[in-house]
Amino acid sequence: MTDTRTRIVWDYAPAPESPDHVRLRDSYGLFVGGEFRDPVDGTRVPTINPATEEVVAEIAFAGPQDVRGAVEAARAAQPGWAALTGLERGKYLFRIARLIQERARELAVVESMDGGKPVRESRDVDVPLAAAHFFHYAGWADKLSYGVGGREVAPLGVAAQIVPWNFPLLMAAWKLAPALACGNTSVLKPAETTPLTALLLAEICQEAELPEGVVSIIPGDGSAGAALVREPDIDKVAFTGSTSVGKNIQAALAGRGVSLTLELGGKSANVVFEDAALDQAVEGIVNGIFFNQGHVCCAGSRLMIQESVADVVVGKLWERMGRLRVGDPLDKNTDVGAINSREQLERITELVDAGEGEGAQRRTVACELPSRGFWYAPTIFTEVAPAHRIAVEEIFGPVVSVLTFRTQAEAIEKANNSAYGLAAGIWTDKGAKAFEVASALQAGVVWQNTYNHFDPTAAFGGYKESGFGREGGPAGLRPYLRVS
Amino acid sequence: MALRLILTRHTQGVIRRLPHVDRVGIEERAALLGKRSIKTTAKQQGIRLAVSMVDLTTLEGADTAGKVRHLCAKAVCPAPTMPEIPSCAAVCVYPSLIGVVREALEGTGVKAASVATAFPSGQASLEVKLRDTEEAVAAGAEEIDMVISREAFLSGDDTRVMEEIVRVKEACGDAHLKVIIETAELGSYDHVRHASMLSMEAGADFVKTSTGKASSGATPGVTLVMLEAVRDYMERTGRPVGMKAAGGVSNSKAALHRLVLVKETLGDEWLTPDRFRIGASSLLNDLLMQYQKTQTGRYARPEDFSKE
Repeated sequence: MTDTRTRIVWDYAPAPESPDHVRLRDSYGLFVGGEFRDPVDGTRVPTINPATEEVVAEIAFAGPQDVRGAVEAARAAQPGWAALTGLERGKYLFRIARLIQERARELAVVESMDGGKPVRESRDVDVPLAAAHFFHYAGWADKLSYGVGGREVAPLGVAAQIVPWNFPLLMAAWKLAPALACGNTSVLKPAETTPLTALLLAEICQEAELPEGVVSIIPGDGSAGAALVREPDIDKVAFTGSTSVGKNIQAALAGRGVSLTLELGGKSANVVFEDAALDQAVEGIVNGIFFNQGHVCCAGSRLMIQESVADVVVGKLWERMGRLRVGDPLDKNTDVGAINSREQLERITELVDAGEGEGAQRRTVACELPSRGFWYAPTIFTEVAPAHRIAVEEIFGPVVSVLTFRTQAEAIEKANNSAYGLAAGIWTDKGAKAFEVASALQAGVVWQNTYNHFDPTAAFGGYKESGFGREGGPAGLRPYLRVS
Repeated sequence: MALRLILTRHTQGVIRRLPHVDRVGIEERAALLGKRSIKTTAKQQGIRLAVSMVDLTTLEGADTAGKVRHLCAKAVCPAPTMPEIPSCAAVCVYPSLIGVVREALEGTGVKAASVATAFPSGQASLEVKLRDTEEAVAAGAEEIDMVISREAFLSGDDTRVMEEIVRVKEACGDAHLKVIIETAELGSYDHVRHASMLSMEAGADFVKTSTGKASSGATPGVTLVMLEAVRDYMERTGRPVGMKAAGGVSNSKAALHRLVLVKETLGDEWLTPDRFRIGASSLLNDLLMQYQKTQTGRYARPEDFSKE
């Protein structure tokens, strides 16, 4: 008998999700008035895969006349859409939700190809949640007044909706589902670097036979967004993105009587108390900051650990970070994918350099990164002072800054010591402490013993410079309704 | 050891509690690792590795020398037509049959393992448990699978739990000691972690989930909690302790899931039969069937694999 008792080495073989079933066109037009059109005064721009820098498709970007045309189409369609019974509008939304489910695999692969996120996340988080949002608001469409305390409701009219590149399909669903359920029509502008899944969603709207003009999807860069919010014939702007752009939009809308919802940046505190279940806290920290390469507005980027357990937690975290699998977003075993764009990579690099320059201790996981594409290995900063830029500014990458605190009061004070107030995490085994701290934190979302969990029934939104207005649940109806 | 026990007894009231385990969090992590995609060569190697870690087990009142000899033959050479399939790690039986096992396995490298200490309930005096252990070792057991006293543990007497393990360990001599904490009877992940820590402190070479006689066994959550305890103990003391998942791991998918838990918690150093075992009876044929499928592309019939 041969000696079979030698050491067996076991590694995961590559497990790439095949893109063969994806039917992408070479070129996409603007989706206006129920059909794909060539731009009138826009351009055509290639969209690339950030993991390979290869062109995925060519995309029409809207010019000012195209923006105007989309708004006109939305205006023309709005009375008819609002005149449908809630039940009828709900049917369309249910149809869209089911079509998202039917095309889930394709959407997941395209989301990962266009944006760089691991297919495990697009498959298990982005796409199912997008469908869930349509299902949720489909159910509300014929019960709107119950969502606002039994009062009379009417739609606002035409909504201009601008979504970011970190969750392209999911953010489109967050915006479109409540707007349509409430009887508004929409002009949606996807982000410059990630327009593809929104365009697939446009195809889904066609397949669902959504009336022409109810949804228009016009890819473009910042100038298209700026033109859209300055269009005179809009009633609502919903924007998710950076705080600086959000401020510009608010200035542009001043005095115009246009309703506004802003979901902006964050520097969310993830607070670990000494009585927490530490191993699960470490998982939550990892999920809080390395989920979607840290491209998450509510990322737990300010990790605050009680001093008595700081060394233990940092030790466990560092060990855990070494086990993250960084690489090909289409590999089903990848935990951390590609950075979304060269521009974002430069921003991360600049802030990390600043952190080192200011004297914080940096450690970056030594992992092999592909030679092409945009990558950043998971990084942790210790000995961070509250005044450091990396403790104040949003990095929007896989970089966590660790601060310490001694008491509960200090934890609250430090957590609130930020211009932002989007989300926070609390890790403790004590129920009373969790509620006490949660109610003292200035954050729109507070997670207890978990992080980065989303659900269509839960309201999401910010305090302070993280914006205003809520998305999700019944609270997400109000920004799209006139209540009397 | 005596000094440490005295310290434990006197400081039990004042030392900080062990970190607790969050049920939702641990199960989420364990389930996430169940989604790792194990295909092609990774599946083949993983199955071979799993076979080499199996403690092929029979613990029935109806066990006889004949049945146990069949089992031993299977453990030594699980698949004669597939020579790349390694031997199992051990054969595990009741003490009365350990002599038969030792004889059948002589010179094969497969270990003879016996349960002991009034398995599975552990409801006997310490003297009986020690005698049980000594007899098994004298009859040729190279590994002893003992049960902790759940009676002592659940009534809060950690010291007695540890003392019993210390004494059984002495009675084992050179035999390796696996300590079964019977997770299904402990009632919480906090207890699972605490019992694992007590066992390792008291000298266990392996910590093991279950007897296979309780309502549940080595669930992904329980396995992960114990692996994390092993990792933290290693971190603190430098002594590597093995882990054995027993009960409920009855197909290849479940076995590979456990291996993923090991790989991503303790690392490749624990992916060896010296550090990780799977206690099972029906698992082995499923591993063989799945392995063959990776080669032929189709499933064989159940009757193509020997039943012992």
